[in-house]
Amino acid sequence: MQAHQRMLDPTPNGQNSGESPLLRTIGLTKRYGDFLANDSIDIDIWPREIHALLGENGAGKSTLVKAIYGLIQPSAGEIRWQGQRIVLSGPSEARSRGIGMVFQHFSLFDNLTVAENVALGLDGKESFKDMSARLEQVSKTYGLPLDPKREVWQLSVGERQRIEIVRALMQDPKFLILDEPTAVLTPQEADQLFIVLERLKAEGRAILYISHKLEEVKRLCDTATILRGGRKVETCNPRLETAASLARMMVGGEVKEVKAASGRKTTLPRLVVNDLSLAPAEAHGVRLEHISFELKGGEILGIAGVAGNGQDELFAALSGERLSKDPGTVVIEGIAAGHLSITQRRKLGAAFVPEERLGHGTAPRMKLSENALLTGHAASGMVRRGFIDTAATLKTVDRATETFDVRKAKRDPEAASLSGGNLQKFIVGREILRNPAVLVVSQPTWGVDAGAAAVIRQALLDLATAGAAVLVTSQDLDELAEIADRIAVMFHGKLSAPLAASEASREKLGLLMGGSSLEPKEVAHAAGA
Amino acid sequence: MELVEAIILAVLAASTPLLIAATGELVAERSGVLNLGVEGMMIVGAACGFAGAWLTGSIFIGALFGIIAGTLMSLIFALMALGLAVNQVATGLALTIFGIGLSGLIGAGFVGERITPAVHLYIPVLADIPLIGRVLFGEDGFVYFSVALIAGVWWFLYRTRAGLILRACGDNHVSAHALGYPVLRIRTFAVMFGGACAGLAGAYLPLAYTPFFIPGMTAGRGWIALALVVFSSWQPGRLVVGAYLFGAVTILQLHAQGWGVGIPSQFMSALPYLATVIVLVLLSRARTGGSTAPAALGTVFVPDR
Repeated sequence: MQAHQRMLDPTPNGQNSGESPLLRTIGLTKRYGDFLANDSIDIDIWPREIHALLGENGAGKSTLVKAIYGLIQPSAGEIRWQGQRIVLSGPSEARSRGIGMVFQHFSLFDNLTVAENVALGLDGKESFKDMSARLEQVSKTYGLPLDPKREVWQLSVGERQRIEIVRALMQDPKFLILDEPTAVLTPQEADQLFIVLERLKAEGRAILYISHKLEEVKRLCDTATILRGGRKVETCNPRLETAASLARMMVGGEVKEVKAASGRKTTLPRLVVNDLSLAPAEAHGVRLEHISFELKGGEILGIAGVAGNGQDELFAALSGERLSKDPGTVVIEGIAAGHLSITQRRKLGAAFVPEERLGHGTAPRMKLSENALLTGHAASGMVRRGFIDTAATLKTVDRATETFDVRKAKRDPEAASLSGGNLQKFIVGREILRNPAVLVVSQPTWGVDAGAAAVIRQALLDLATAGAAVLVTSQDLDELAEIADRIAVMFHGKLSAPLAASEASREKLGLLMGGSSLEPKEVAHAAGA
Repeated sequence: MELVEAIILAVLAASTPLLIAATGELVAERSGVLNLGVEGMMIVGAACGFAGAWLTGSIFIGALFGIIAGTLMSLIFALMALGLAVNQVATGLALTIFGIGLSGLIGAGFVGERITPAVHLYIPVLADIPLIGRVLFGEDGFVYFSVALIAGVWWFLYRTRAGLILRACGDNHVSAHALGYPVLRIRTFAVMFGGACAGLAGAYLPLAYTPFFIPGMTAGRGWIALALVVFSSWQPGRLVVGAYLFGAVTILQLHAQGWGVGIPSQFMSALPYLATVIVLVLLSRARTGGSTAPAALGTVFVPDR
């Protein structure tokens, strides 16, 4: 093991030179079968440091932090905590040593109260009453207000994250891991989080911060470790790097820039939504309230908003998964379609790409050709006299593969066997190849690597250039800024008036995402654009 | 007066096995496991319970046999559905079919035998109070135990940390695992508790309800217990209402048939089901917001290590 202990780059925190790292992994390796999720990773975390962990999906970030938090056992290598080698039996041991974690997909229980959720994250040595009192105190000290008696399903995403953070802080951790904490926050909520993190750092704690928002990392973090394909590529000071140079290290090459064709012309409205209201279908769903917008051919409308504000419900109402009593609420290509089924809407020239790739966008255990048939059967001649034209379905797969650079092991594999980015390219490709008049796409690049994301965004721009109307729902404001002509924000089932992309600053969008309204003058001006 | 008292006693006797079996299943389902094998565990409990009591002459040992038999049956389920992550619905159905066959085999030698049924408590003076005396102070031990059992389960689920952890496993097993709780171990215990209760409920039938064993004597009570759990929206308080309501309508419609009410007997026999469904549906509609079923119910969990 000594051989591994090579000299590491001096950390940018000069003041730490006399101390030893709080946590150090040496040659940490995690193997799943033949697959190396982590390949001998060395990382040093110092007290009073915010350390970024960067990498694309599948680079091994989650695996690494799971090993540090004791959720998985490394196959080889070691973890040193305050200079001593430790073997963690599980998260509760990690917590008792002072390692806390805030999960990306919250580890909360929807049907339990805030206080119960916090209690479950602690080790139960104090009474529920004492714990509740301490919860109140911690949440007050750090300015993270919480109502301990409410059940989690009633809370917003930002509030849920507060529970996670307070829960972690109540264990007084020396080292806190945050897995993509700002992915679901409005810009303003993210700013508040940064204040809390700076304060934790000032208190002498160390923070490991996973993110792929590079500007954020440059602003907040002292050190950045970049992983690619399970290996450590570099440890650097993000403040001395540019976003582009960090992206290069993550991807291992240049990321193609997305370009909009100049002089795109808008034509007649192809998708119109008139005063659409819809009661929620599920117990915890959102009610859509009076949603109206008009989308012309050649135009991309972006819908921003924190997840769970009615985007899923709006998608279901547009795609025909849920029908509306009044046909006039959804008009596709001039035809009232609110009462029409999914297939009938597709026949009108609409195409839909849902957020969830596996299970919603594709049937995971079916082949790509079968999946192509499932959405294209009504409109693109893959069925003849009730029989499947196998050659035509395979041709569709080949065309999508070629046009969108889908990488797969064989010609026609099961959908579930593709990586997220490749499957998403296939799904978007399958719909675009049908030359839709209207494309409704939800979270087109969620969990997709940067290369594939660029391909998909470019394809959406090209489709609009060709005259289609494109509606993109996304939580990624940078993505919307890159491709959308106008941006509207969804909040509590209501849709704001769209802002022209040039006027839609992060601040304005952030206010709308948090439920505040803009000055009336400004909205009127933007709506006229 | 005596008729009313007799009816109340009969209602308690008819409701007790449902209440015990449903209480066990409620705990299992609250941990996220759907065990459709209640009927099978009950009938094996009935056969083994009778065998135990007949061989030793002790009702208590008979009940113990029933509990052990039910627990062993539930361990088969736990091994399949939790250990090997087999589909829970299929495993539960198979367990019921297996249990019905196995109980016939175990009970074959005991058909036609009789035992002395469980004695009813008799506290002098108190038990002589008209109407409520016998009901409160002159029941068999199973009845008192079942009431204590459901009260204990309520206290466990809502007042103890262990109960909170169990509910957390049923709500979101991924989160529970991420926080470091041994989801599968907790679920195994919950399933075993369900099995023990089902076995005891089954044993109640030949030990206290009728003093002999006949094959298939549970007659669908396991399925009713399952339905009661669902209709009570997984809440112990409502489970008590549902179980006693079902027992009450069962007995009342029998008496009504005896009195010669001019309603077809088939409809009268269906009445307990109908009444229970209607009342529990009305109760669950009254609850606002929040989903009632444990969110992870019936889903397979394989921890990644």
